[in-house]
Amino acid sequence: MAFSLMAALGIGILAWALAALGLEMFVGFILPLTAFLVFLGGMIWRVTTWARVPVPFSIATTAGQQKSLPWIKPSHIDSPSTKIGVAARMGLEVLLFRSLFRNTAAQTINDEGGPKLVYWSSKWLWVFSLLFHYCFLMVFIRHFRFFLEPVPFFITWAEDLDGLMQIGVPRLYMSGAILLVAALFLLLRRLRDPKLRYISLPADYFPLFLVIGVALSGIMMRYWFKTDIASVKELIMGLVTLSPSIPEGVRGSVGGMFYTHIALVSALLIYLPFSKLAHSAGLLFSPTRNMPTNTREVRHVNPWNPPKKYRTYAEYEDDFRDAMAEAGLPLEKEPAPGLHEETAQ
Amino acid sequence: MYNARYIIPGIILFVVIFTVPFWINICTPEYSRPELVLPAEKDCIEPVEYMRAEHMRILNEWRDAALRDGKRVYIATDGRQWDINLQNTCMSCHTDKVAFCDTCHDTNSVTPYCWDCHIEPQTAPAAGGAKQ
Amino acid sequence: MAKLPSIQELVQSSLPRFPGATLEGTGWMRTKPAFTPGSYCYPAKLDTMKGLGMPNPHEWAPENEDWNLPQGWEKIIYKALEDRLKKYRSLQLFMDICVRCGACADKCHFFLGTGDPKNMPVLRAELLRSVYRKDFTLAGKLLGKVGGSRALDPEIIKEWFAYFYQCTECRRCSLFCPYGIDTAEITMIARELLHEVGLGIHWIMDPVSNCNRTGNHLGIQPHAFKEIVEFLCEDIEAVTGINITPPFNEKGHEVLFITPSGDVFAEPGIFTFMGYLMLFHEIGLDYTLSTYASEGGNFGLFTSSEMMKKINAKMYAEAERLGSKWILGGECGHMWRVIHQYMDTMNGPTPKHMTTPVSPITGTVFSHAASTKMVHIAEFTADLIKHDKLNLKPERNDDKIVTFHDSCNPARAMGLLEEPREVLRAVCNNFVEMPENTIREQTFCCGSGSGLNTDEIMELRMRAGLPRGNALRYVQQKNGVNTMACICAIDRATLPPLADYWAPGVTVTGLHELVANALVMKGEMPRTMDLRQEDLEYPDDVPEDDDNGDAQGEE
Repeated sequence: MAFSLMAALGIGILAWALAALGLEMFVGFILPLTAFLVFLGGMIWRVTTWARVPVPFSIATTAGQQKSLPWIKPSHIDSPSTKIGVAARMGLEVLLFRSLFRNTAAQTINDEGGPKLVYWSSKWLWVFSLLFHYCFLMVFIRHFRFFLEPVPFFITWAEDLDGLMQIGVPRLYMSGAILLVAALFLLLRRLRDPKLRYISLPADYFPLFLVIGVALSGIMMRYWFKTDIASVKELIMGLVTLSPSIPEGVRGSVGGMFYTHIALVSALLIYLPFSKLAHSAGLLFSPTRNMPTNTREVRHVNPWNPPKKYRTYAEYEDDFRDAMAEAGLPLEKEPAPGLHEETAQ
Repeated sequence: MYNARYIIPGIILFVVIFTVPFWINICTPEYSRPELVLPAEKDCIEPVEYMRAEHMRILNEWRDAALRDGKRVYIATDGRQWDINLQNTCMSCHTDKVAFCDTCHDTNSVTPYCWDCHIEPQTAPAAGGAKQ
Repeated sequence: MAKLPSIQELVQSSLPRFPGATLEGTGWMRTKPAFTPGSYCYPAKLDTMKGLGMPNPHEWAPENEDWNLPQGWEKIIYKALEDRLKKYRSLQLFMDICVRCGACADKCHFFLGTGDPKNMPVLRAELLRSVYRKDFTLAGKLLGKVGGSRALDPEIIKEWFAYFYQCTECRRCSLFCPYGIDTAEITMIARELLHEVGLGIHWIMDPVSNCNRTGNHLGIQPHAFKEIVEFLCEDIEAVTGINITPPFNEKGHEVLFITPSGDVFAEPGIFTFMGYLMLFHEIGLDYTLSTYASEGGNFGLFTSSEMMKKINAKMYAEAERLGSKWILGGECGHMWRVIHQYMDTMNGPTPKHMTTPVSPITGTVFSHAASTKMVHIAEFTADLIKHDKLNLKPERNDDKIVTFHDSCNPARAMGLLEEPREVLRAVCNNFVEMPENTIREQTFCCGSGSGLNTDEIMELRMRAGLPRGNALRYVQQKNGVNTMACICAIDRATLPPLADYWAPGVTVTGLHELVANALVMKGEMPRTMDLRQEDLEYPDDVPEDDDNGDAQGEE
C-alpha cells in the first residue's frame, strides 16, 4: 500500500515540480496527449486480446428459472434464453451492477440452538460502487466544457443538476464530493476488512490513490487553490486542436495544482488498459453473463472442438460379449461358438 | 477474431466517442480566448488577480452581509471602504453584463444563479432593486 | 477415518484466519498448505493413469516432500497454460479483470467451513493468476511481487493441488461476482494443468477409468448391471406386487433412459432408481436402459474437457445405435451441467434420426431441448403431473416434512428450479423451503461435489458442508424437517453423512423415490411399505372385498 501511495503522490508532486521548472509544455501537452493515445491504443489492444480467444462453451450462470415447460414462468433476465433477455441482463449488469446487488455477508452467531451461520443483506459495496462510477461519469461529462466551444446544452444541464443544492460559491458539484467519499470508502474497506486486506495488492491501492488524487486536486482547484479556468480552457482547446499553447494563467507553479491534476489523470489513462481497470470493457466479454441459456435448444459451436475419441460400443461388446450373452443381453455380434446361449432369468 | 460482429462496432464506437472533441474542433473555427471589454476605471476593490479568482466568493459574502446581516461596509485588504452593493458598487464600472460577465462565463459554462433573483441590468446603469 | 470434531468445535475453528497478513496483499504467498492425513484426496493409481493415457503418470504422495514432477515440468505447465489461454476466453478474461472486490469471499462454502483464506474464490484464483502475471504480463514481469506475481516452483504446484481440490466447481461465487468470474472455469483449468504433470486423485480417475471401460463409474459390468436392476425389480414387486422387467440395450424404443450409476448401486439412490422404473411402467413409456451408456455422471468434467467429451460421447453413440428418438436423463447434478452446457457443443449435432423430444403421454413438445434432444426427468414428471396423468396419493408421504436441496449444477448451470418443486408439492403435503440465501440459484453445495465425495477427507467435507448443514439444521429445529429431497446422485451419496453430522434424524431421498411412494399404480396391492420396505405410517386401506382400492386419495 505504501508503495502505491508513494507512486501516486510522486506523480502528483513531480508534475508540480516539472511545471514550476518551466516544463509546462511536457506536463500540459505532451503527457496528456500521449496518455490519451496510450489509453485508446491500449484499450483496443486489450479488447483484441480477448476477442482473439474463442468462447468454446456456452457457460452462462443461470440466476433464475430456465425456460422449459410452457406454464412455468421463466426468468427472462436472470436466466435469459433470448438475445433480448441477454441484452437486458447485460444492461442491468453494466448500468446497475445487478450481481453486486445480490451481495450478502455471512456471520457466525451463537444462540440456544448452537452455533449458526446467518447471512445479512449487504449493499454497502453496491451503493458505493454505484456512486463511485456514476459520479465519475458525471465528473467526466462536466469536463467537456473545456473541450467544446460552444458548450453544448446537455453539459450545462449536467452542471445544473450536479449543482442543484446551490451550496456555496462556486456551487458545490455533488459528484466530485461523492466521488471522493466513495473512493475513500473503497480504500477504507480494503484496509479495515481483514479478508480484503489479505488480498489487496499494490495494484488495488494504486488506482484508488490515483482517483483520490484526481478528485482532490480537482476539488482544490475549484474551491480553494483557484485556477484560472479561462486559461485552462485555452490550454485544453489547444490540446484538442493539436495547437499547443501554455496561457499565462497556468504558467509555472501558478498552475501547479492544475498540472498535478493533469498528470494524475494521464497516469490513470495510461494505467487503465493494462490493469484490472480494464474490467470496464471486460464485463461486456464475460461468458457467464453475456450468453443465452438456451443451450439445449440451440447448439453452440466450439471452433477448436477436437475429434471424438471414445470407447465404442463394438469395443465394449468385444470385451464383455460372453458375459452379456450369458446374461441374455442383446448383442450386435454373436459370441464365438462353444458358448451356449441361454437367456438368464 | 471471434464475435467480430459485436466487437468491431464496439471498438469503433469507443474510439469515436472518446475522440469526439478532436473531430468537433477540427470542423469548427479555431478557439480563441474571448476578449473582455474592461471598464475604463482600472481600480477595482481588490487587485485584479484576486478578483479573477475570488469575485464569486466576494459576491456571495456581500449577498449574505447585505441581506442577512444588514452589513453594508466592505473593508478591502488595502483598507479602503466600499459600499456593499452590487448595483451601485460593482455595476457602476462593470456596466455591461453581456460584454463583461457573460463573455467568460459562457465559454466556460459558468452559470451563476445571481440573476435568479437580481434583475439583469440592461446596458445602461438603471435603477433596479434587489429583492429578497 | 479420523474422528470428527463436534459441531461447536468445527464452527469455532471455521472462523477466518489470515496468517502472514501484510499491507502488500502478498502475505499469503508465504504460507504453505499442510498435507496431513485427512486433508487431501488420495492420488490416482499409476495403472489407472497409464490406462487412460494421461500425461506423465508417476508415483507420488502428497505427504512427500518431493512429488517426482516430470522433467521440465515448469515448461509443461507454461505450455499448457499458454494453450488454455488461447482456447478459453473465460480464462484469459478472468485472469485479467478481477478487481479483488471480495464480493465472492464469504460466498464459498469451503471458505465458510474452513476459514482458510485461500479458499476465498478470489484468492483461489490468485493462486493461478499470480503465476499468469509472472509469465504472461509485462507488469508482472517487471514488478515481481509488488505486481502480485510469483515464479512457478514446486510449492505452488502443491498449493494448487491442495486448493483446486477444495473447490467443488459449484459456481456460487460466479453468481455474486460483478463480472461473472467463474471459479469453476479456473478450477477446471487448474486441474487440467495438474494433470499435465501427472497429478490426479484416485476418487476421480478411478471412476473415469471405469466409466470408459464398463460404461459406468462403479465399474459394474453389463451382466452385473442387469442383475442389480433385476434385484431392484424384485424389491418393487415386494412393495407393490407388480412385476417389472425393464428392457436393456434394446433397439427401436422411443426413449433411451440414462441416469447416474450411483442410482443402481447404493442406498438411497436405488430407491430413486426404483421410482423411475415404477413411473415408466405405470405410464407405459417405450424406453430402454443401456449397459454401455449406463452412466449419466461424468467425472471427466472434473478431469479435463477432453475426458469429459470422451465419456459423454457414449450417450449419443448409444442413442444412434439403438435408434432412440430422444434421451431422458435421470436426477443428477454435474451430469446435467455436462448435458446442458457441454454435450451438444462437444458431441453434437445429434444423430440424424433423433427428434425433438415429445412426451408420448401428454404430447408436450420439449422444444427447449430441440437441439440436444435430452429431457430432465423432473421436467418430464412435472409435465405428467400438470396434465394429471399420474394417480398420486401424497398422504403416503405424510410422515415426512420435506425440504429440497437444489444441486449446484441444475440450479446455476441450468435454471432447473421450479420443476422439481412442482413435483415435490404434488407428491408430498409437507414441503418446507430452507432459508432463501441457501436455495435456488443461491444454493450451497453439499460440500463434496466435483469428485470430492471421498471418505478420506470426511472432516473437510463436513466443513465444506457447513452452510448446507447449517440451513438444514435450521429447518429441522424450526419446522421439524425430517427429509431432504435432492435431484443429484452425488448428493444422495454425500448428504446422508452430512445430515448425520449436522442434522441427525434427517433422511435423504431422491425426488422420484417420493414420487414412487405416492404413485398409485394400476393393479398394485395396497401399500403398507415404502420403497425402503419400512412400514408406512399412513398405509393404504386394505380393501375388504373389491380389490381395486379407491385411488384418488385427497386430503
